[in-house]
Amino acid sequence: MVMYVLRRLLTAIPTLFVVVTLAFFLIRIAPGGPFNQERGLSPEIRANIEAQFGLDDPLWLQYVNYLNNLAHGNFGPSYNLPDFTVGELFATGLPISVQLGAMALTLALLVGGMLGIVAALKQNRWEDYAVIATATAGSTIPTFVIAPIIQLVFGLIWNLLPIGGWNDGAWPNKVGPVLTLALPQIAIVARLMRGSMIEALRAHHIRTARALGLSDWSVIVKHALRGAVLPIVSYAGPAAAALLTGSVIVETIFAIPGVGRYFVEAALNRDYTLVMGTVVVIAIFTIVFNLIVDILYAVVDPRVRYD
Amino acid sequence: MVLKSLLRATVFASSLMMAGGVFVSPALSEVVYNRGNSADPESLDPHKTSTVYEAHILRDLFEGLVMQDQNADLIPGAAESWTVSDDGLVYTFKLRADAVWSDGSTVTADDFVYAFRRLEDPATGAEYASMLYVVKNGEEVNTGKMKPEELAVRAVDPTTFEVTLKAPTPYFLEMLTHQSSYPVNKASIEKLGADWIKPGNLVSNGAFTLAEFVPNDHIKLVKNPKFHDAANVKLDVVNYFPTEDRSTAIKRFEAGELDSNDDIPTEQLADLKAKFGDQLRIGPYLGTYYYAIKMDKAPWDNVELRNAVSMAIDRDFLAEKVWQNSMLPGYSMVPPGIEGYTPALASFAEESQIDREDKAKAILEKLGYTPEKPLKMEIRYNTSENHKNTAVAIQEQLKPLGIEVTMVNTDTKTHYGHLEQKGDFDVARAGWIADYKDPESFLGISRKASGNNYSNYNSAKFEELMDKAAADGGKPELRLKDMSEAERVLIDDVGQIPLLYYSYKNLVSPKLTGFDENVMDVHPSRFVSKQ
Repeated sequence: MVMYVLRRLLTAIPTLFVVVTLAFFLIRIAPGGPFNQERGLSPEIRANIEAQFGLDDPLWLQYVNYLNNLAHGNFGPSYNLPDFTVGELFATGLPISVQLGAMALTLALLVGGMLGIVAALKQNRWEDYAVIATATAGSTIPTFVIAPIIQLVFGLIWNLLPIGGWNDGAWPNKVGPVLTLALPQIAIVARLMRGSMIEALRAHHIRTARALGLSDWSVIVKHALRGAVLPIVSYAGPAAAALLTGSVIVETIFAIPGVGRYFVEAALNRDYTLVMGTVVVIAIFTIVFNLIVDILYAVVDPRVRYD
Repeated sequence: MVLKSLLRATVFASSLMMAGGVFVSPALSEVVYNRGNSADPESLDPHKTSTVYEAHILRDLFEGLVMQDQNADLIPGAAESWTVSDDGLVYTFKLRADAVWSDGSTVTADDFVYAFRRLEDPATGAEYASMLYVVKNGEEVNTGKMKPEELAVRAVDPTTFEVTLKAPTPYFLEMLTHQSSYPVNKASIEKLGADWIKPGNLVSNGAFTLAEFVPNDHIKLVKNPKFHDAANVKLDVVNYFPTEDRSTAIKRFEAGELDSNDDIPTEQLADLKAKFGDQLRIGPYLGTYYYAIKMDKAPWDNVELRNAVSMAIDRDFLAEKVWQNSMLPGYSMVPPGIEGYTPALASFAEESQIDREDKAKAILEKLGYTPEKPLKMEIRYNTSENHKNTAVAIQEQLKPLGIEVTMVNTDTKTHYGHLEQKGDFDVARAGWIADYKDPESFLGISRKASGNNYSNYNSAKFEELMDKAAADGGKPELRLKDMSEAERVLIDDVGQIPLLYYSYKNLVSPKLTGFDENVMDVHPSRFVSKQ
């Protein structure tokens, strides 16, 4: 197992290298540059600014320099927010996104999982239909609709929560973003759980367990759930990578200083270094969570072995 | 008894906690102004900024030689007085004796020498270095032809700062209100390098100092007790919140989380007016929304054709229907609102839209364009719902006249990258906001050599009149008349197609006083108070 993890981590290095290289050249194919804006700059002034950031070097040299800096853990300065380095922007923003994402994911797994189990056990009864209807609604209503509704209802009408802002992580400021992030996930997890639970309950070993007279509780939790949870685990890996790295919509609407917004803003601003930073962070999260999923598989499913 | 007071204490404490949880924890006696600002600043280094979002914050942090009051009128800043030589070339500023940096050291003429040189030094990479090109040798220093020490600024003595200009520039003082000419603290820059603008490090000389800066979250400024006019500064704390999502900003304002915001979602204007009444303040702002037209290629090199296009566009419709009256119909490049200046309006400005359409149609027919055999015109614009709606409205307006409009929508960087690199286009959306209250700010962008002259407008007559205006710098009235004549030439040539004048759109809580309306949309926090 340890060897397996090590091997996986080692193969991640060439993957990261390819991702970084592709991203580096792709973003530069996009027309315009970090210093194009409504107010035009004279060629001399633009040259001064570009020289400051080494953007006047030939592209291959910029690439080599970037790789060299990256290997030393230096993501470089942000072009559009020169008061901060890309590293500093992630140091302040990433913990916030991770925190909100982790809370939303936990909530989604707990609530979605329970709803899914209830629906599976009460298949084709009103409880089931209620869960399916809610799940369908939850996954079809976009977050940019849910978020303003939460603001309106909880913030303006009932005055229970602030409308937006992070406020040093005070809990009332987290409720809206976490709910908005969690709702569509709850819907997906509930549907996955329902499907796999129904299937698991039909399995031979469950029928045997029932025939042996085990209690419902023991059958469901000890035997059915273990098999039923596998699709959730596969789903949760990439979902975690996406949730923990922030959401541009939720962060913009709730005025949360996370890193989700950088994925879009940096690309639009041609903030090359920030784009690269976000690509690297997402790539690392995706690699790590896929690895975690594979390890969990081995833990949950006795049929899976990596040695 | 004991129980009761304990209970009371708990209730008090928890309500305090709740209040503290919702806002950026103010101590009870502090006056805190929570100010919505459309975007975070790119930088807090005055020499590396360019936008109005930064201007709001820097105006609170720093004090230039001259400043603007709550009416955007010029007032003495770090300089208490100044004299101008008879030839209009040499400005001598007398610094106030009580001007100090937030670390207690005195603001001296050397600080300004250092700051002006730093702005022009190519190594600084200042976007707005061109602001001081009016200073003798400014452009030469910035383009690397001379050394920063050769910039024509000097400290006559610690409280006397002298600037020599290239040519008489009557708007020089107005230009000095821009953040690019604020002083910066030499000692801290030399000691801390790029980190000098970080909270805890930043030494500034304005009414407030920097306490916190969390990107995309908030910037906290606190009152500077060492500021020379600190006695009249009513606020203890100013929190700037970046409010990129306009709808959220409105809700935060409504919930009392913000005391003001500098923009609104214009598509909700009618509802917002009904809901907020006097709290929503809309008025003329020095900015022009225009279309550049590629006039050095056929068929757009024909002035008659350009005029027909410009004439046929129904600006009233754009202002009322597309922009919900958050913009005003515009017929000149220089918007109204600059004292002593009469903008040159397009000749058809007073005619009815029907007459204009008939005339435009006649011109187009004469040139051989009809709805059956239409002229093709491509409008490029940068991504924005309102820019799109504007282009779509114009497409509909021009269709019956025999102009078939297609549209190209790109993001802002692509759009301006294309225009600056002189890429091919027919018509392209652009906008211009005044840096200083002078027509030159709007007319300069149509000059042959300007990097912002996307139309490639090139008129000897216009250049001559602009040069004459510069030469008449010593005679303000004549100079303004020259520029009005220059604008007349530009407008008659249809060198650009002005469409709309901008408006400021502020939401201001009734608790605030001193947040006064002006064409520059300038609102220094030092003049604001809150009940």
